[in-house]
Amino acid sequence: MAALPLPPSADVVIIGGGVMGLAIAYNLARLGLTRVAVVEATYLASGASGRNGGGLRQQWSTEMNVRLMQESIAICAAFAQEMGINVWMRQGGYLFLMRTEATRAEVERNITLQNRCGVPTRLISPEDARAIVPELDVDRFTAASYNPTDAVVFPWPFLWGYAGAATKLGATIHTDAAVTAIDRHGSDFVVTTARGTITAGRVVNAAGAWSPRVARLVGLELPNWPARHEILSTEPLKPFLNPMVSVLESGLYFSQSLRGELVGGITLHEPRTDDIKLGSRLAFLRAMATAMTELMPRLGDVKVVRQWAGPYDLTSDGSPIVGEAPGLPGFFLCCGFMGHGFMMAPVVAKYYALHLLGRQTHPFFEKWRLARFATGATERESMIIG
Amino acid sequence: MPRKLILCRCEDVTAADVVHAVASGFAELEEVKRYTGFGTGPCQGKECLRAVALAIAAASGQAPESLLPFTTRPPLVPTELKWLADDGRGPASSRADVPGDDPGG
Repeated sequence: MAALPLPPSADVVIIGGGVMGLAIAYNLARLGLTRVAVVEATYLASGASGRNGGGLRQQWSTEMNVRLMQESIAICAAFAQEMGINVWMRQGGYLFLMRTEATRAEVERNITLQNRCGVPTRLISPEDARAIVPELDVDRFTAASYNPTDAVVFPWPFLWGYAGAATKLGATIHTDAAVTAIDRHGSDFVVTTARGTITAGRVVNAAGAWSPRVARLVGLELPNWPARHEILSTEPLKPFLNPMVSVLESGLYFSQSLRGELVGGITLHEPRTDDIKLGSRLAFLRAMATAMTELMPRLGDVKVVRQWAGPYDLTSDGSPIVGEAPGLPGFFLCCGFMGHGFMMAPVVAKYYALHLLGRQTHPFFEKWRLARFATGATERESMIIG
Repeated sequence: MPRKLILCRCEDVTAADVVHAVASGFAELEEVKRYTGFGTGPCQGKECLRAVALAIAAASGQAPESLLPFTTRPPLVPTELKWLADDGRGPASSRADVPGDDPGG
């Protein structure tokens, strides 16, 4: 974005120019709070928001996530028309494949929950899965969970949509504005950035994998940590693959975008570290190529054109961290989204803005509060992919 | 300017698209890549990076040498999955533990 001078003050400063920060800025401005500034360390979409696979799914193990994603998909489906930007959304479903009895038992429990919420997921046989995706090697899995209303999008235009609409309503967005200090002055925060200083009564930490570093500037230690997740894209192909395909035991997933390319990743475990590593590795390319060609042998002749990495922002129970930080009135958290922040952002940002304005809160502010880690009141989300 | 001067042939990004991106406030190569999709096709910017950089410089008034290139992504050329997959025989398996981090982010 153009080098816009920082206003001296704002009602809300949002740290992080990813989808979460931009969507919160847009929703605040839409509700009439336009003295909102987003400060981004580098450029928009530079973090996980610009590096993810664009999946939108309702197949979760907790009711909170199922219901939020039902609403998020509805928002996404209307996004192109409301925001005037093509997000390449395609509702081809998600097909989760599984190999073991243990996974199947858990998935059956999840499907019961999803059906109760109105999501039409069903457990199907390998032969039924092959009817949906004829290229699958049915000897590689024993059952599948299929929901035809899950979807994929092209992530980048969401950010341009939210950024453009927020700016039009009066919010300001500042790139190359890395935050270097946050000081308390009375009831206000003075946020020092590479582009100058801004004072605000409320600060939202939406910095994703960088959020623990931002929190340390106010002396707050967060329990989330960054993890590299690698992904690749192939050459564009004629449309042939309708659903996102994923194998639950390996974390393999890939889908065909409306641009025609196959985009996907796989779980590669690394030792936990506070460093944000975004380098690409041959080991990933090998693991991904092996898993894809085993599951779908015909993909052997498909060419990989690029690989890259993005930072997952992980927590120990698989749920995010939101709301006002204990002991720090005015300092709000919106982080720890487990690699699923992109698909959650449209709905989370909607309720986050209402919460900041004091108009309405949402049960996730209770369930996902930071204090749960101290009290042990956690509920594990098991459908974490990648 | 011709009505449809194509700078990125893989993704059909025109000179007018680049001018529009700059006018919308996106004047870094990483931003314009994400805004227009240029450089994300089969050539991965090998044909178009220079042309787009010059167009951004002209539209934004920046010196071309001040623009940083976007991160180059592996593989060097589009590569069939079968050559990368571990078939238990090929050299790929012996290279599995090579750290192989490239410095780019």
